[in-house]
Amino acid sequence: MNDIAQARAPAAIGAEGFLARYAGLRARLPGDETRRDAAAESFRARGLPTRRDEAWKYTDLRPVAALAFHEPLLATDTDFKLPPAPGARLVFVDGRFREDASRLPDGAAFTPFARAPRFDALARPEAHPLVALNTMLAEDGAVLTVPDGVDAGLVELVSIGAGGTRHPAAFHPRHAIRLGRGAQMTLLETLIGEGVYLHNPVMSVMVAEGAALAHVRLQNESQAAFHLATVYAGIAEGGTYDGFTLNLGARLCRTEIHTRLHGPGGAAHLNAAQVLRGVQHGDVTTVVAHDAPNCASRQTVKNVLDGRARGVFQGRIEVAQAAQKTDGYQMNQALLLSPDAEVDSKPELRIFADDVKCSHGATVGALDPDQLFYLRTRGVPEIEARAMLVRAFLDEALTLVSHPAARAALDGALSAWWEQETA
Amino acid sequence: MLRIENLTASIADKPILKGIDLEVPQGEVHAIMGPNGSGKSTLSYVLAGREDYEVTGGSATFDGRELLGMEPEERAALGVFLAFQYPVELPGVGNANFLRTALNAQRRARGEAELDAVQFLKMARAELKRLAMPDDMLKRNVNVGFSGGEKKRNEVLQMAILRPRLAILDETDSGLDIDALKIVAEGVNALRGPDFSALVITHYQRLLEHIVPDRVHVLAGGRIVRSGGPELAHELEARGYADMAAEAA
Repeated sequence: MNDIAQARAPAAIGAEGFLARYAGLRARLPGDETRRDAAAESFRARGLPTRRDEAWKYTDLRPVAALAFHEPLLATDTDFKLPPAPGARLVFVDGRFREDASRLPDGAAFTPFARAPRFDALARPEAHPLVALNTMLAEDGAVLTVPDGVDAGLVELVSIGAGGTRHPAAFHPRHAIRLGRGAQMTLLETLIGEGVYLHNPVMSVMVAEGAALAHVRLQNESQAAFHLATVYAGIAEGGTYDGFTLNLGARLCRTEIHTRLHGPGGAAHLNAAQVLRGVQHGDVTTVVAHDAPNCASRQTVKNVLDGRARGVFQGRIEVAQAAQKTDGYQMNQALLLSPDAEVDSKPELRIFADDVKCSHGATVGALDPDQLFYLRTRGVPEIEARAMLVRAFLDEALTLVSHPAARAALDGALSAWWEQETA
Repeated sequence: MLRIENLTASIADKPILKGIDLEVPQGEVHAIMGPNGSGKSTLSYVLAGREDYEVTGGSATFDGRELLGMEPEERAALGVFLAFQYPVELPGVGNANFLRTALNAQRRARGEAELDAVQFLKMARAELKRLAMPDDMLKRNVNVGFSGGEKKRNEVLQMAILRPRLAILDETDSGLDIDALKIVAEGVNALRGPDFSALVITHYQRLLEHIVPDRVHVLAGGRIVRSGGPELAHELEARGYADMAAEAA
């Protein structure tokens, strides 16, 4: 790219269609119109991110900009099947809460965003075009609050993209998860669907003093879908945000997680795995802001890429001057199963404190022929041997998911993936 | 029985095996001794089916079936087992899972019923006990963090569980102290019987004090240059390879 192109103000792409939808829907959308109007102005000015934005260098949203998305139909007869819920389950179809398919949690207070439409300060439209788009068009979402000292156990948040309409649908759920002091919860997000759609959720997470949220995301959207998720988590003193994302589905996916450790002794785990093939594009982008001393952040991100798939990892660790004794660790590894697969890895450390321990590393490799041969000499057929080695590669990340039901959900999805891979 | 006839093989167009003729009758243990670079490891890899080696001629049959051209896993299901000189580490793969997957894959290929987790563990624990190995051997990842001796013992454990009919031991003695060597040898000897044959490949005679072979063959320059009884190993130890290779040339 030459200097002149770089200097030119980026043209807003993909804004018009969404702004037109907003003009039509504005009066019907819940909540504060001035907040939505401001978000719309912000989105009008910037449009969808483009590869000229440094943060979007490796992920191209032109395929999203090229489609005309409509709001989903009010389909009450959508046919979907879910396995029986082990506990609390909140089901959203095309971004709308479906009480009939849900089982409300005992330990946490739940309200659909449509009935309590409040935009909090964590996710700011002016800071992020996708948050602007979400704020402008958000219709529903999960507002979940765990009171002080309560362990809410496992809560499932299921999103289903119903597809099957004449126009591809776009939905922009707005979720807010709040854990009171010393509260605990495992939030298992399962994201599935059929056909072409855009799922653009924004979630804000507040972890109060001594609270712990395990947030496991199983992104298994339709292979034709676009998934652009943005999560903001604020972690108070002694709190833990223990995040894990598995990106398995979607034609194009970006999981962007921003965490801010604003109290001493907090912990942020942003672990992930991406298992992609065909022409899938998966992007895990993280920002960990260490604002307070004695906090730890951990990231183990594994990519398994087949076909012409492309995996992106961008991880930024920011350590403020006050954040002494920060312990930051980041590891990104890729296993390429095909010569046409590609991985891009961009670690970034911005450190303003002098007494910190921060490390990062990245590796790329293929399956080890010695390991394959060893397994085969023991009688394990090649396909099975490859599957074992891929699982072993992912294992280091998957073992970080401690809740058995959440782990089982991830294992099940990976097994199904492998069955398709070898079919 | 294993019958190798005029076997030639190269790696990267460089001939390594230059016409091997060898027969290991059923129930017998034969040793192959030879200096470094004589083709010992190449022979074991070729028999196990490693792709980096190109077989340029000859044949190797086991019970009348041609091995060359079979996939490594097919050879394994037939009962051929290669004990590696350098056993491979498999991080993230538990030993128990590894062994059960391998055993069941072989049983499936032979049309036998698979073992469930309970049946397998019962059998594996019994073998561990017999070999005086600790139970945690099953819990650890395959060869990861194992000492040299532990890796070789793990090869013996695999042999005990998979019950091959032909074991090829590629310098199993290298890097072992005398205690580990004895344990490995005992493990192999325990498998000896009318339905078990072995090809013990070694540089040194000392392993053959513990696994006494029926026959000893000397490999030099890619050919078997001499064959004889167990006493040949002692002769080699006394005279060295250079002498014998020169005599054969």
